[in-house]
Amino acid sequence: MLKQFHRLVSPKYFYNLAVLLTPWFSWLTALLMIAGLYGGLVFAPADYQQGESFRIIYVHVPSAWMSLFIYIVMAVAGGVGLIWHIKIADVLAKSCAPVGASFTFLALATGSLWGKPMWGTWWVWDARLTSELILLFLYLGYMALQSAFEDRRVAARASAILALVGLVNIPIIHYSVEWWSTLHQGATVSKIDAPSIHIDMLIPLLIMALAFKAYFVTIVLLRSRTEILEYECHSTWVSELLNKVESKT
Amino acid sequence: MTPRKKRIFMVFFITLGMGVAVALILTAFEKNLLYFYAPTQIVAGEAPIDRAFRIGGLVLEGSVVRDPETLEVQFVLTDTLNQVTITYEGILPDLFREGQGIVANGKLDENGIFQAKEVLAKHDENYMPPEVADALEKAGAIGQYGRYKQRL
Repeated sequence: MLKQFHRLVSPKYFYNLAVLLTPWFSWLTALLMIAGLYGGLVFAPADYQQGESFRIIYVHVPSAWMSLFIYIVMAVAGGVGLIWHIKIADVLAKSCAPVGASFTFLALATGSLWGKPMWGTWWVWDARLTSELILLFLYLGYMALQSAFEDRRVAARASAILALVGLVNIPIIHYSVEWWSTLHQGATVSKIDAPSIHIDMLIPLLIMALAFKAYFVTIVLLRSRTEILEYECHSTWVSELLNKVESKT
Repeated sequence: MTPRKKRIFMVFFITLGMGVAVALILTAFEKNLLYFYAPTQIVAGEAPIDRAFRIGGLVLEGSVVRDPETLEVQFVLTDTLNQVTITYEGILPDLFREGQGIVANGKLDENGIFQAKEVLAKHDENYMPPEVADALEKAGAIGQYGRYKQRL
């Protein structure tokens, strides 16, 4: 068991696994994305109050979920790298940040576009919107810190600490609509009794959420492949790999 | 303590320490984090008198009076327990209607009327097709009043 785990976290094995998995997750992303978009934009009925403009939910809500989910993955991977000095954990944490930042930006931008006609304003400084903006700055700060150090191990350590410090923001974002009175509406899907969204609208939303998850895995696999090659550029297996590629061409 | 145990301790200390510190700060600033006051809080005198603040609640059914000449509109905001009258001049958001949750920014005048400078619609967390909404309305199961009461 422990031996298998050690093999999994060896850069060479993980690299080969990532190469193997990337096409599968790319196809999964494409399939889910087409199904989710068709369901959301064509199949789902218009909302009784917002009409057609509620359909932005199919990008906004999955993006917002991903912005939180990726941050947790990033902080946990950073923490694991910090404690057990596992290279792959550091690589994964570093690969998460730009994807998470993009999803956070997407959630903020789509929310703003929706807010103008519905609320009557592009932006308000309520607890939900402000804490989500702080999340974007955390991601950007994390990426800046990663690139501020020459030494990869120092960069990984410093940014993992930043990620752990920022972890406190995640429950604040999630519960902000319950703890304080905000302009942003409360939770729809994760309500304890029953989701207050019609089933025909909910299913495409869940498919889109899965599509975004699959997309995230695909991008992280691609990014970590590059990261591993750079990290391990002096090792024998990478030069062997390079020789193989060169002899092919 | 081995170095690894030390590092585990450090990771826990950072996350827990930050959690406690931020929880304390947020409790201390709780009042300032409220985006709006409810009519009941205003009637109880909890809202500031001399400066602008936000008020949130539901537009009372049948209370909207529009001036036919100008953009001025007057309506009553309720949290089902207490009411505050609001006046506003300007364009209202799409979702503004009777029974709708809204948030207004402005000041209380000496007569206890809220002079709004900005009116924002607060969307609720329910999504459904129009037919379902109609059916629920007929059954008397819909309406923000019902939900507001549940929350209070």
